[in-house]
Amino acid sequence: MGKITLKHVNKSFGEVAVIPDINLTIEDGEFVVFVGPSGCGKSTLLRLIAGLEDVTAGQIDIDGLDATYLPPAKRGLAMVFQSYALYPHMTVRKNIAFPLKMAGLSEEEQEKKVQNAARILNLTNYLDRRPGQLSGGQRQRVAIGRAIVREPAAFLFDEPLSNLDAALRVSMRQEITELHQTLKTTMIYVTHDQVEAMTMADKIVVLNAGNIEQVGSPLELYHRPANLFVAGFIGSPKMNLVQGAVAAAQGADTIGVRPEHLDIVESGSWHGVVGLTEHLGSDTFLKVVLDTGDTITVRADGEVGLRHGDRISLAPRPDRIHRFGADGKALA
Amino acid sequence: MSTQSSRLAARVMVAPSVVLLFIWMAVPLAMTLYYSFRLYRLLSPDRTGWVGFTNYLWFFNSPDFWLALWNTLALVGGVLVITVVLGILIALLIDQPVKGQGMLRILVIAPFFVMPPVAASIWENLFMHPQNGLFAAIARGFGAQPILFLEEYPLLSVIGIVSWEWLPFAALILLTSLQSLSSEQLEAAEMDGASALSRLRYIILPHMTRAITVVILIQTIFLLGIFGEIFTTTQGGPGSASTTLPYMIFKQAIAAKDIGRAAAGGIIAVILANIVAYFLMRGIGRHLDA
Repeated sequence: MGKITLKHVNKSFGEVAVIPDINLTIEDGEFVVFVGPSGCGKSTLLRLIAGLEDVTAGQIDIDGLDATYLPPAKRGLAMVFQSYALYPHMTVRKNIAFPLKMAGLSEEEQEKKVQNAARILNLTNYLDRRPGQLSGGQRQRVAIGRAIVREPAAFLFDEPLSNLDAALRVSMRQEITELHQTLKTTMIYVTHDQVEAMTMADKIVVLNAGNIEQVGSPLELYHRPANLFVAGFIGSPKMNLVQGAVAAAQGADTIGVRPEHLDIVESGSWHGVVGLTEHLGSDTFLKVVLDTGDTITVRADGEVGLRHGDRISLAPRPDRIHRFGADGKALA
Repeated sequence: MSTQSSRLAARVMVAPSVVLLFIWMAVPLAMTLYYSFRLYRLLSPDRTGWVGFTNYLWFFNSPDFWLALWNTLALVGGVLVITVVLGILIALLIDQPVKGQGMLRILVIAPFFVMPPVAASIWENLFMHPQNGLFAAIARGFGAQPILFLEEYPLLSVIGIVSWEWLPFAALILLTSLQSLSSEQLEAAEMDGASALSRLRYIILPHMTRAITVVILIQTIFLLGIFGEIFTTTQGGPGSASTTLPYMIFKQAIAAKDIGRAAAGGIIAVILANIVAYFLMRGIGRHLDA
C-alpha cells in the first residue's frame, strides 16, 4: 500500500516560503511525476515526503496514518538520489543489503533478497564490485536495488537520470517504467525534463514557484492546459503563444497553438516569412516571423521545400486553439 | 608529447636538486654512522679510535634503554589514540552548523601554533603545578590533595601535553575529510534506517579512513622525536620514568659529552623509526591507495 496525502503542506527556509500551500493526493500504485523548472520546489516537496526536511505547517499522511513527524526510516519509503548516494567503500552486495542489515535481518534472508533484486536489475555479475568500478547506468541500478529490497510503500526518485548520457537516459526511463509495471508500487518521480514526465507518468504534477499549476494525466495536460505556464511548459517544441489583435479576435488575452496544429496553406489567416529551419528527417521545424512581429514555430513535413526568406501563409486549426484570459488561466 | 631529447633535458635539469638532496640526507647519516663506531668523548678529545659495537652494546646493556624504548612507543601510541579519538569527536562537533563557527574553528586550531617549550611551560606552571596550578585549585576545591602530576605520572603528563598540542592538527585534517562526505550519502543511510551511531560506524568512519591514516602517519613521524616538552617539564625524570630515546641521546651527547654513544643512539633511533614505519605501512598503508 502506498497512498500519500498532503494537506496544506507548507515549507519555509527562514523568511523564504519555498512551498506556500500544497494539497495533493497520490493514489496507491500510481506513477506520479513532479515536473517544473529549477527552483520550483519539486525536490523540496519530495524531501518533505521523504522526511529529510521538516514541514513548516500542514500534514502528510501515508496510508491514512499521520506521518508528518515520523523520522525518514519509519515512513516505509525508499529514495533514489540524483548522485545515487552509493556507499563507495562497500561492494554492490553490501550496498543493496545495507537497509536489510539496518533492519536486523539474518544473513541468509539478506542474501536471498539481494539475489532477487540483483536478478530483477541484471546486477548478478557485479555483486562483488565496488560502485567506483561500475558505469553510470549500473550505479543507477544499484541505487534502485537498494531501494527495492526494502519493499517500500512508495519509491521516491530525485532526478535520477540527470547524470546519464542521452541514450542511457532513454533506456533507463524504460527500465524504470517496466519496474513500476512489475512491482505496481507507488512511485514519485521528480524531474525538470518534461519529456520524462510525459513518457513515464500516470499523473503529472506541474509545479511553479512552490505552487501546483495543474495535476492530470500527460495527455490531459497536453490537450487541456489549465493556464499559460502549463501550456508553455508541456510539449516540445513549445506551444506558440500570441497576444494582441489576433487573440482579441478570439475573445482572449492570449491564444496558444501548438506547432503541429498549424497548417501551411495557400491563403490562411496568418502570414509571415520563414526564418530558421530545423530538419529532423521525419519533421521540419520552421521558425516563422509573422507580419505582426511574433515569432512562432511550425511543424511541417520532413520533405517540405521551404527555405529561409520564403513567404508563407498559415492556418491554425480552429478546434486546437487554446484561449487564455488576462490572468493566464484558460478560458472555457 | 615527450621526445627523447626533452626527457633527457628534464633529467639533466632535475639532476642538481636530486644530487643536493641526496648529499643533504646522506652526509649527516654517514657521519653519524661513522661516529657511532668511534670512541669520541668531548671531555677527553685526545683518546680516539675504532671501538666496534661498544657504543651500541652500552645502550643494549643499559636498563634505561629498554625503559626509554618503551616510553617512546608509549608516548607515540598514547598520543595517537588520544588525538585520533578526540580529533574525530571534535571534528564531528565543529562540523555542526553553529553561530560563530569561524571563531570556534580558529580557537580549536590555536594550540597548534604554540611552540612546544611554551606549551609545556604553560601546562607545567598554570595547570599541573601543585600550588599554583588550576588542577590543584580544583582538587582543593573538592577537598582533595592536589595531584603531583610531574612526579607521580610523569609520562602520562607528557602524553597529555603533547596530545593537547597535536589534537588541533588531527581535528583539522579529520574535519576537512568530514566535510567532503556527501550529505546525500548520509541522507540515504538515514532513509535506509541507520541510526546516528550506525551512520558513524558504517558511513562516516569508513569515509574518514584515509584521513585517519594520514594523521597517524604524519603524527608518528613527529612524535618519535618529541624532546622539547620532556626537557621543559620532567627532564626525563623522576629517575628515568619519562626518558625517551631522543632524550637519552640528548643526555649522552650534551650531559655526558659522549658523541660516539649519542651517534649510536641516533642510529638505533633511525632503525626504530624504520621498523615503526614498516609496520604502519603494512597495517594501514593500504588505505592510502584508491
